[in-house]
Amino acid sequence: MNSLTGKKDISDSLSDYFNQPFASSWANDIRSAALVTYKSFGAPSKRDEYWKYTNPNKLTIIPTEPAALFSNDETPMFSNIDRVKIVFVDGVLDLNQSDDLMLEGAIIESLADATSKDIHWARDLFGTLEKNGQKPVKRPLAALNTAMAEQGLVIRITDKCKKPLAIRYIHNSETSDALVHNIVKVEKNAEFTLLESGAGAARFNSVLEVDVADNASFHHIRTQGRDHERKTVTHIFGRLGKESIFKSFTMTVNGILTRNDAVLEFNGDNAKATVAGATAGDGESFHHDDTVFITHDAVNCESRQVFKKVLRNGATGVFQGKILVKADAQKTDGYQISQGLLLDDNSNFLAKPELEIYADDVACSHGSTVGAIDEDAIFYLISRGVPRKQAQDMLVLAFLAEAIDEIDSTDLADDINNRLAAWMDRR
Amino acid sequence: MLNISNLQVSLDEENKQILKGVNLKISEGEVHAIMGPNGSGKSTTSYVLAGKDGYNVTSGIAELNGENLLNMDPEECAAAGLFLAFQYPVEIPGVGNMTFLRTAVNAQRKARGEKELSAGEFLKIVREKAKSLKIDSDMLKRPVNVGFSGGEKKRNEILQMAMLEPKMCVLDETDSGLDVDAMKLVAEGVNALRDGKRSFLVITHYQRLLDHIKPDVVHIMADGKIIKSGGPELALEVEHNGYADILAEVA
Repeated sequence: MNSLTGKKDISDSLSDYFNQPFASSWANDIRSAALVTYKSFGAPSKRDEYWKYTNPNKLTIIPTEPAALFSNDETPMFSNIDRVKIVFVDGVLDLNQSDDLMLEGAIIESLADATSKDIHWARDLFGTLEKNGQKPVKRPLAALNTAMAEQGLVIRITDKCKKPLAIRYIHNSETSDALVHNIVKVEKNAEFTLLESGAGAARFNSVLEVDVADNASFHHIRTQGRDHERKTVTHIFGRLGKESIFKSFTMTVNGILTRNDAVLEFNGDNAKATVAGATAGDGESFHHDDTVFITHDAVNCESRQVFKKVLRNGATGVFQGKILVKADAQKTDGYQISQGLLLDDNSNFLAKPELEIYADDVACSHGSTVGAIDEDAIFYLISRGVPRKQAQDMLVLAFLAEAIDEIDSTDLADDINNRLAAWMDRR
Repeated sequence: MLNISNLQVSLDEENKQILKGVNLKISEGEVHAIMGPNGSGKSTTSYVLAGKDGYNVTSGIAELNGENLLNMDPEECAAAGLFLAFQYPVEIPGVGNMTFLRTAVNAQRKARGEKELSAGEFLKIVREKAKSLKIDSDMLKRPVNVGFSGGEKKRNEILQMAMLEPKMCVLDETDSGLDVDAMKLVAEGVNALRDGKRSFLVITHYQRLLDHIKPDVVHIMADGKIIKSGGPELALEVEHNGYADILAEVA
C-alpha cells in the first residue's frame, strides 16, 4: 500500500511523528477512524484542488522549521475585556496561567479530562463535524488533528453566557509543533462568545468543532499573533440548528504561512452565519489563505463571507470561498465578498469564488476585487496636511474596517481596530 | 502673501502645456477671483499650488510668504498655510469625518511645532464651527463626504478650512453644484474667515458667487494665461457678455 506514491510516505511519517499512546478512552475509536481517514487521504500536496495556491509543504515536513519568538511589550489581546482567560503554552494547557475553568452558563473541561471519563456527551461531537466536513473536500490536516490531538477544551454552553471565554495561545518554544482540538456545544437558546489569540506554537494545527443548537448563538473573534515565522493551519467546523446564529471573525498579521478553513453547514431553517477576516501581510514570506465552504441544507438561511486583505512588499493572500446550496435549501441568501488591496506591484491576491446551486429560489451573490490604493483619496487627505504614511494607514484601516464591522460587539470591534491602528504606527 | 510669476506647467503624461506663464500677486487680506472658459487652466493652477502629482513645472515660481510651493509635497503646502477647497470633494468610505479632521488639524499643528489638540478641545471647536455652517453631528460622524449632498460636501470643505485656519485659501469652483441658498451659506462661511490677514483665491465660472464673496481683484484666464485683470466690474462684464469680447480684445 505504502509503495504507491511518495505522498503516502509523507503522510505516514507525519502521523507517526505525532503518534503517542492515548490512555484508554471512548475517544480512541474516533481517533483511530480519523487516522484511517487521514492515511487514506495522504498529506495535502500542491496537486490537490484546494492547495493549488498554497504550498502545504511547511505544514507537513518533519520536523517543523523553527520559528523565532516574537517579543513585544504590548498588553495581551482582549486584556481590557471582562473575560475568563485560559492559556495554552506551545499547545499545552497551562492551568497556572489560566483562570479557573469556571464560566456562568458554561461547563468547561480539558480534552484530557473529558476523554478520561467513562461516559461523556462529547462522544457525539468529537470528530463528528470534522468527519462530516471531509466531503466533498478532503481536509487531511483536520483528520490528523482529530487522530492525534490530546490538548484542547471541551465546552458545553447551557445558558446565555455574559462573559466571553478567551483562549490565549502562547508561542514559547522555537521548535514547538502543536495540535489543539476544541469542541463547543451551544445548547438551545444559549449564547456564547469565544475569543482566541496568539500564534500558539512554531507550527500550530487547530480544529474547532462548534455545534450551535436551535435558537442558540455563537460568536468567535480570533487574532493569530504577530510572530513572523509561525506556521498555522486551522479548521473551524460549524453546524447550525434552526434560527441559530454563528459569527466568526479572524484578524491575521504576519506569519509565513496561515491556512484558515471554515466549513459550515446549515441544518435548521432560518439560521444565519458569517465568516469574516481582516488580513495585513508584509513581505515575500507572508502567505495567508482563507478557505471557506458553506453548505445550505435548510430553508431561508443567510450566510455571509467577508474577507479583506492588505498586502505589501511581495505578500500573498488567497481566498477560496464556496457556497453550496442543496436542492431543498430554498430562500437561501448567500453573500460573499473578497477584496485585496495591493500596496505595491509585487504583492499577490488570488481569489476563487465558487457557487454551486441546486435550489431554484435563492439569492446568492459573490464579488471579488483587487486594486491599489485610491490616489485621489490620498491626495485629498494629504492636501489637508495629513502625512502620506498616515493617510495611507487611514485608508488601509478603512478598507479592513468593512470586515471588522462584521463583529457584533462594538467593544470587541473597537479593541481590534485600536490594536490594528497601533500596529500600523509601529511598523 | 501669494506670488506666482511666469508659471509654466505641462502634464506629466501627455507632455501637453497647460499653463503658459501665469502671473498673479495676492497681498495679505485680499480676495482675488479667477474666471475663465473651460480648459483655460484655472483648476490646474490650484492643483499645482497644492502640490498635486502629475504636473511638470517647466518654468516660473510660486511662493507663499516667500516659501517655494513648487518643491513641496501636498502636506507641506498645507502646513505652510495653503488650503485648497476641492471642486469635487473626494468620498472616503470607512474614514470618519471627525477622525479625519482631527488627524489633519493635529498633523498641521505638529508640523508647525504647535501643541496638538486633545479630543475634548477639538470637539468643542469643531461643534461651534459646524453649527454656523449648519453641519449637524450626524454629518460629523459619517465617513468623509460619503452620502453627502453636493451642498453638504461644499459646506464640509468650508468646515475643514475653518478648522485648519490657513493663510491662503484657494476655492476651486466651490459654487458648482450649489443652489442659491447653499451658495449663500458657503459664502457666509468664507466671509466669516475674512479677517484682514487671510487671503483668498476664488475660482469660479459665475459672477453670482462674487455677489456674496466680494473680490478685490478679478482676473480672466484663457489658454493658460491671465489675460485681463480688473475690479469686481470685470465679473459683471463677463456675466453679461461672456468671454468672447475679452478674448477678442486681447487677441
